[in-house]
Amino acid sequence: MSQSLVDADADDPAEAAPGPTRPTDGTGTGPGPGRRIDVRRLLRFLLRRPGLLLSVVVLVLVVLASFQPGLFTSQDPLKGVPTQNFHGPSGAHWFGTDELGRDVFSRVVHGAQLSLKATLIAVAVAFVVGGLLGVVAGFVGRWVDDVLMRCVDVLLSIPALFLSLALVTALGYGTVKVAVAVGIASVASFARVARAEVLRVRQALFVEASRSCGARWYSVLGRHVLPNAAGPVVVLATLDFGASILAVSALSFLGYGAPPPAPEWGTLISDGRNYLANAWWLTALPGLAIAATVLATNRIARALDGEWSRQR
Amino acid sequence: MRRYVIKRLAQAAGVLWAAYTVSFLVLDYLPGDPVTAMASAGMDSGQIDPQQIAALRHEYGFDKPVLVQYADYLGRAVRGDFGDSVATGRPVTSTLADALPQTLQLTGAALLLAVLLGGGLAVAATYTTRRWLRQFLLSLPPLGVSVPTFWVGLLLVEAFSFRLRWFPAFGNDGLQGLVLPALTLAIPTGAQVAQVLAKSLLTALDQAYVETARAKGAGRWRVHLRHALRNASLPALTVVGLLVGQLVAGSVVVETVFSRDGLGRVTAAAVTAQDIPLVQGVVVFGALIFVTTNLVIDLVYPLLDPRIVVASDRRASFA
Repeated sequence: MSQSLVDADADDPAEAAPGPTRPTDGTGTGPGPGRRIDVRRLLRFLLRRPGLLLSVVVLVLVVLASFQPGLFTSQDPLKGVPTQNFHGPSGAHWFGTDELGRDVFSRVVHGAQLSLKATLIAVAVAFVVGGLLGVVAGFVGRWVDDVLMRCVDVLLSIPALFLSLALVTALGYGTVKVAVAVGIASVASFARVARAEVLRVRQALFVEASRSCGARWYSVLGRHVLPNAAGPVVVLATLDFGASILAVSALSFLGYGAPPPAPEWGTLISDGRNYLANAWWLTALPGLAIAATVLATNRIARALDGEWSRQR
Repeated sequence: MRRYVIKRLAQAAGVLWAAYTVSFLVLDYLPGDPVTAMASAGMDSGQIDPQQIAALRHEYGFDKPVLVQYADYLGRAVRGDFGDSVATGRPVTSTLADALPQTLQLTGAALLLAVLLGGGLAVAATYTTRRWLRQFLLSLPPLGVSVPTFWVGLLLVEAFSFRLRWFPAFGNDGLQGLVLPALTLAIPTGAQVAQVLAKSLLTALDQAYVETARAKGAGRWRVHLRHALRNASLPALTVVGLLVGQLVAGSVVVETVFSRDGLGRVTAAAVTAQDIPLVQGVVVFGALIFVTTNLVIDLVYPLLDPRIVVASDRRASFA
């Protein structure tokens, strides 16, 4: 009888049924019984934590702003009215106007797209490359593990900003290149977490059981190891989001991001820096947008990391 | 103890070598053609004299096979020679050495502030019995790690230099000029120290030996500082080791914000000018800082916790 047919048949129901009560300890962030998010539980969870609710609102607003900036402002982020330069925050210009009379609020709103895109690329690079390294190291083991993890240790030993700067020097300027540089700089932590998780799951009883049933390595990996190891790596990705926003904006503050007229968040602040003495709003308010976004994503990451699964 | 030290030293050297290799791969090998990048730094590409390129190529040894280049560079790097800066023509090593004192001052002051502020916050938050005060104190570190450093620096300049005129906004003048940059650099680091220390203090205070110490009549303050803090400080110390490299790297942003001279400014200028030898020197220097601090911390561990030397052979850690 063909091996693969047997384990395809035997595996499916066996795995689906005991799913939620698997013997991996309860740190996974997988949804509870029924694989469906309980709306009432979610609402209760959020209402008990006003800070978290606010964070979700902020994040939704930022995402909306990056897809539909027109919802928030009708003013052109690039067109200035020279007679209206250096106006303080007011009803007409929430964040005031800059040296060319451009509306700062609309620049921040339109900048969300650039900054969010860069952050997404950075997290994706870190997640994919780091996750892949970690999974290969953890799953293959032996000398492959040793070699890969020594490489990761070396990446960890170079301060992240220096590594990003070296990559920027090699790759050149621009939003996407900066994003890739930031992503590579945080590959190491993803690799470590992914490896640790794969090692933990690989020793679980159900993996051993499926091995002994004759499952191929790829089906063990795809069906058992990856889904169960993914949780903490996803949590790390949400945590890395905030860190990446900060790193990307720091690099664009230093002038390595998108070229000048583009309203990237870090660039906005470095532009405003020249007028610090007479126009505080040019630095303070765009910075507030960055801080609020990072704070919101960090709060949500903390909620995903344990708080949600602990609350029952 | 001796074996422990020798082992740590060997690991440190290994990490440095590997960091050099990474920087070589990224900077010398990754760009399609570093010579064109270097020759065109500061001017439009396409107008470069081919002869000049050939000369540069020969000077930097790019006409040789990669492995030969690598061995050549490595041999010189071991002797402390990272080549000459492309932008200024000065040796990389002396450029970095000149910039270093200012940055060491800054990062040293920032580290001190971070440990004092972060540690103080964690101790105060775990010591107090007032619920609101504890909640308030514990809400500060997440805030500290979420704010962009450059933004905090600019706000501080705005408030304390332009409004209150307490501190100079720019430059390297003595202690006065050090306060704001050090504070700026210390905030994210201090916040991370506080997070780790508060967590491990709370764990330590739950342990049986704390109960015992209390039962023997030790005062609350004494139990907190002498018993719990000593044990809880190990994880925080590990974090500090990881953060020192970040502090040095953070000087790039902070020195730019405050227009201070130092390693950070040199780095920013080198990246802007695509000064590959200089950037490479900075990367290796960053790894050197990281390796050295972790070496020191590894050697300090046994002083804090004598059990560590005994167990050191089984300890899985990297340099």
